[in-house]
Amino acid sequence: MTTLLPHKFGPYGGQFVPETLMPALIELEREFVSARNDPAFNAEFDKLMASFVGRPTPLTYAKRLSEKLGGAQIYLKREDLAHTGAHKINNALGQALLVKRMGKKRIVAETGAGQHGVASATAAALLGLECVVYMGSVDIARQEPNVFRMKLLGAEVRPVESGTKTLKDAINEAIRDWVTNVRDTHYLLGSALGPHPYPTIVREFQSVIGREAREQMLMDAGRLPDTVIACVGGGSNAIGVFSGFVNDESVELIGVEAGGSGIASGKHAARFGDAEKARVGVIHGTRTYVLQDEDGQIAETHSVSAGLDYAAVGPEHAMLRDNERAFYTSATDEEALSAFQMLCHTEGIIPALESSHAVAEVIKKAPTMRKDQVILVNLSGRGDKDLNTVIKEIGNW
Amino acid sequence: MNRLESAFQNKPIFMPYFPLGYPDLETSIDVIEALAKNGADLIEVGLSFSDPLADGPVIQQATQVALEKGITVKKSLEAVKELRKRGVTIPLILMGYYNPMLAYGLEKFIRDAKEAGADGFIIPDLPLEEAEEFTSVAGDMPLIQMLAPTSPDERMEAIARNAKGFIYLVSVTGVTGERREISNDLGSLINRVRAHTSAPVCVGFGIGTPEQAQQVGQLADGVIVGSACVKMIGSSPKPVETAKQFAAEFRGALR
Repeated sequence: MTTLLPHKFGPYGGQFVPETLMPALIELEREFVSARNDPAFNAEFDKLMASFVGRPTPLTYAKRLSEKLGGAQIYLKREDLAHTGAHKINNALGQALLVKRMGKKRIVAETGAGQHGVASATAAALLGLECVVYMGSVDIARQEPNVFRMKLLGAEVRPVESGTKTLKDAINEAIRDWVTNVRDTHYLLGSALGPHPYPTIVREFQSVIGREAREQMLMDAGRLPDTVIACVGGGSNAIGVFSGFVNDESVELIGVEAGGSGIASGKHAARFGDAEKARVGVIHGTRTYVLQDEDGQIAETHSVSAGLDYAAVGPEHAMLRDNERAFYTSATDEEALSAFQMLCHTEGIIPALESSHAVAEVIKKAPTMRKDQVILVNLSGRGDKDLNTVIKEIGNW
Repeated sequence: MNRLESAFQNKPIFMPYFPLGYPDLETSIDVIEALAKNGADLIEVGLSFSDPLADGPVIQQATQVALEKGITVKKSLEAVKELRKRGVTIPLILMGYYNPMLAYGLEKFIRDAKEAGADGFIIPDLPLEEAEEFTSVAGDMPLIQMLAPTSPDERMEAIARNAKGFIYLVSVTGVTGERREISNDLGSLINRVRAHTSAPVCVGFGIGTPEQAQQVGQLADGVIVGSACVKMIGSSPKPVETAKQFAAEFRGALR
């Protein structure tokens, strides 16, 4: 059995799922390929991106932050201004349009921070689909506003009590639902993860970020950035923005993982950062770097940001890292919280805690660069959903 | 004739599943021995994984307990060796997810499993598309192929063509666990599979009672009982006694 599109990224990726799901993956790939070659589908997607999501999202020059750090000039790609408050809507709408094409009526989705759940619920409401979102009970507690939003949008939110009660377990439950109801249900996977063709589909729908950003950089700054920085949980916002620059060899690409309480503490989600616990393995249908114990059991992860709190990384990132096209580092909870505050104070923007990890790397990196150099940061989402967490972490001042 | 082939001399066969390490390692070895010596024709010996995405709540919970009690791949293989030492002669098929096998090292895993006395593998997250990495180093140890109600004919043909040992036919779309009724379509599903292979066809997922087993046994070459077996034995104050009764009862229903 061969696939229409490449199903691996170097040695990573693949389709490690039960046989019951294989026909659905084959159908999905076929539908995606036919949709992408269909001008009517692309026109509908572009129209929704403009009229519903509010694209193109702006590129903002962060003047005061650049001055404060005293090095490179910093530009923010404002995915926080996309409808629903994060980049997740790009992929959710794209896949929901595919669902309509396939004639399915129901979607299931997993969510960590709740952003993908909200985006899926929104796309389902817009297109008249039934929507069930699986969310770990730990994440439900720390992202309460998003749970309420999903319910308002007509989705059913099912708490997941198994395992670590976070994103990993929500994915398990979404897959179990999908395998049970596969004939009329689509699994609307929210990150550049999972079995082929998901990592490719998600990248393609998120590549709008990179295309816009490249054009905007040339227009506003008159040049390409020296460095592009994005946070990496599963890695969908990062792969989206990287895809616009991956062929520009002069542009350095940096992904920022969740350093949690620090790599040495063992409480983190830095798949590339922990040489001891991160090994190539197979989880949720894909081969990639996975935090695991020596017996191959998936490790518990920790991050202040629910959206980065996951034991594996998208397979294309594993390939980009191996061939040194992209570099990966991490920011701790503390660094992310401090970056969160700095962006609030200097730019009047409240970033998501996930995106704050990317800003934390900017704070380290910009001062080491010259003033005529340029950093582009993908500000993947806004931080309204995180206020409860931040208040708890840094107190009411 | 190897152990696996001889197991299918008298059909339909009874094939229970039980995870090593549940409710603790010693009890699980006793339970599997009891199943083997009281009517099971073949046992699916479960290896635990933290994220068993093809399993329903009963097996999830049992394998979670096994992990909490410290089960590992290494201990599981030692337990298989112990079962052979105790005179268990029926085929033992290791059923587990791919990642712990990769972490152990595929070649080493297959060699050690064979040495311990296992007869083959069932890996639910390793479909045809990804199986070659495993089968290329598995030698004469069979990787049991799975088919599902959603498999179209061309996939059935491709999968069944290289089937070794037997075909594991998933009777329902879904995860493991008991269902109230056996699907009316099971007969035609089995006929579709038989059109592509002469290998024995064993049916699993959703079979929970001796009556259901009997019903399926009239159509298939083997009946796989997982969640019901784990639940019944796991909730019993005398697991080994319950295992003996369970095996005898299902075996009785089948032949």
